[in-house]
Amino acid sequence: MSDPSLLTLTLAEARDGLARKSFSARELTAAYNDAVSEIEPLNAYITPTPERALAMADAADHRLAEGEALPLDGIPIAVKDLYCTKGVLTTAASHILDGFHPPYESTVTDKLWQSGAVMLGKANLDEFAMGSSNTTSWYGPVENPWRRPGDNRPLVPGGSSGGSAAAVAARAALAATGTDTGGSIRQPASFCGIVGLKPTYGRCSRWGVVAYASSLDHPGPLTRTVRDAAIMLRAMSGHDPKDSTSAPVPVPDFEAALTGDIRGLRIGIPKEYRVDAMPAEIEELWHRGVEWLRAAGGELVEISLPMTKYALPTYYIIAPAEASSNLARYDGVRFGLRVEGDTIDEMYELTRAAGFGAEVRRRVLIGTYVLSAGYYDAYYLKAQQVRTLIARDFVAAFERVDCLLAPTAPSAAFAIGEKTEDPIAMYLNDVFTVPANLAGVPAIAVPVGLSGDGLPLGLQIIGRAFDEETVLRVGEVLESAAQFRYLPSFVAGGGR
Amino acid sequence: MALDKATVAHIAALARIRLSEAELDPLADELSHILTWMEQLNEVDTLGIAPMASVAAAALPMREDEVTDGGRCEEILANAPRTARGFFVVPKVIE
Repeated sequence: MSDPSLLTLTLAEARDGLARKSFSARELTAAYNDAVSEIEPLNAYITPTPERALAMADAADHRLAEGEALPLDGIPIAVKDLYCTKGVLTTAASHILDGFHPPYESTVTDKLWQSGAVMLGKANLDEFAMGSSNTTSWYGPVENPWRRPGDNRPLVPGGSSGGSAAAVAARAALAATGTDTGGSIRQPASFCGIVGLKPTYGRCSRWGVVAYASSLDHPGPLTRTVRDAAIMLRAMSGHDPKDSTSAPVPVPDFEAALTGDIRGLRIGIPKEYRVDAMPAEIEELWHRGVEWLRAAGGELVEISLPMTKYALPTYYIIAPAEASSNLARYDGVRFGLRVEGDTIDEMYELTRAAGFGAEVRRRVLIGTYVLSAGYYDAYYLKAQQVRTLIARDFVAAFERVDCLLAPTAPSAAFAIGEKTEDPIAMYLNDVFTVPANLAGVPAIAVPVGLSGDGLPLGLQIIGRAFDEETVLRVGEVLESAAQFRYLPSFVAGGGR
Repeated sequence: MALDKATVAHIAALARIRLSEAELDPLADELSHILTWMEQLNEVDTLGIAPMASVAAAALPMREDEVTDGGRCEEILANAPRTARGFFVVPKVIE
């Protein structure tokens, strides 16, 4: 029987406890393996890897005993099942990758294992990371560990990194990797009451991460605290010659940036984020965020990002266009599912019809259309031009301010099955998160309060390219001011 | 932009996704709805604006053109649905 009290520690506390030898990596991992089993009803993991986790924990214990501890030695984490893991089933939550066991390890997970982290398993997600509710997975929807008080309907955890967010929130992983193409780290973090960090484009290598939209995909961490995000980011970052867009820049000690001092920092409030139909409670929480940062010595300034309203349609042209190209590789020849046909074209068509779910098919078709002869200029080229203007908005804003404060998502978590009729209603979830992907700038989502019906809500700090340090510093000040101490209705180990 | 059934069938053929006759009409409606929503971008004046393909530095890094990896035939074939004698096997392409 493992010790469930170990599950209450943050990553930083667990790291320090391991260093002090208050408990062993094996004890910590055993507690988390049990937690992974306990939260099975949430469907947060596609493939748990408990034996591998214990073997990795034993190796960490050995290093800890020898006084050769690595930065993340013995820290049990979940890996979004979009990261290739050598010899371990990797699905992208798609039927079309049936049985795929990568012969290589993604750069980011390799760095995490080189830092001593322990793999608990592969976390569920929206199919090919396309979705905002984690309901498009071939392996079934993930449930949010939160419920509305007095209401038993299961809620979505957000998406696409929904399994990662649910696992961290329900204390069945100390941290998790995610990917954020249009909000897929920050929106589920917000829905599950945890921290999610999308770094600068190029900070974390995309090599070995199943591609959705290559110019927008950002690997990053989901954690319970801002400090934990800083620790994870350091281990995940660094130049990788195998990713031509990986930035050859040094990796700072992000944890050292958490000084708690934001005096004199200029923080922008983008006025265009006050969208019509934003719930009053989110507007109010945003206002509270302004007061908190002002009280901490920040200088709050209203700024303008005039192109904001065009970010969503721009994203929903560029992302499907890149997806239609990236997903061309799933053809039944080299890996995954194959449906036989009489001709090679018939085999391709039958394989892809059977292997892709409805949302993936929709995006591949949209992408194929906007790239096709006669429509390329009207849609794709136009969207790329608007993207230039959106990126310029951020450059201009960061001449005046050091970072921005905005809501993470326009609502709290919704019930599974809501908002699925109209694809555009689902796309609107990404209204506050998509601009940072188009501009490639870093952003962190921090839980700051509860909605009227008792569900977590978040705010995000958006910063300059390669200035995650400011983003983390301000994020931590926001976190300390908000004192978000609420727990989901379902956590492994039975709560406190 | 309203897409008709024939256009949807054409895109699906380009994308190599088999659709049944019954799927064409609902998809045509759905895709038309999405494309119409996207057309709000026409409000933006983009005359003379350079398109952005990536936020990463424009120049791709170069390296020497030399073999750095290879000899992994077995690993590469290990995930394939059908193989023979070191090759991927597909339906006959040439008559």
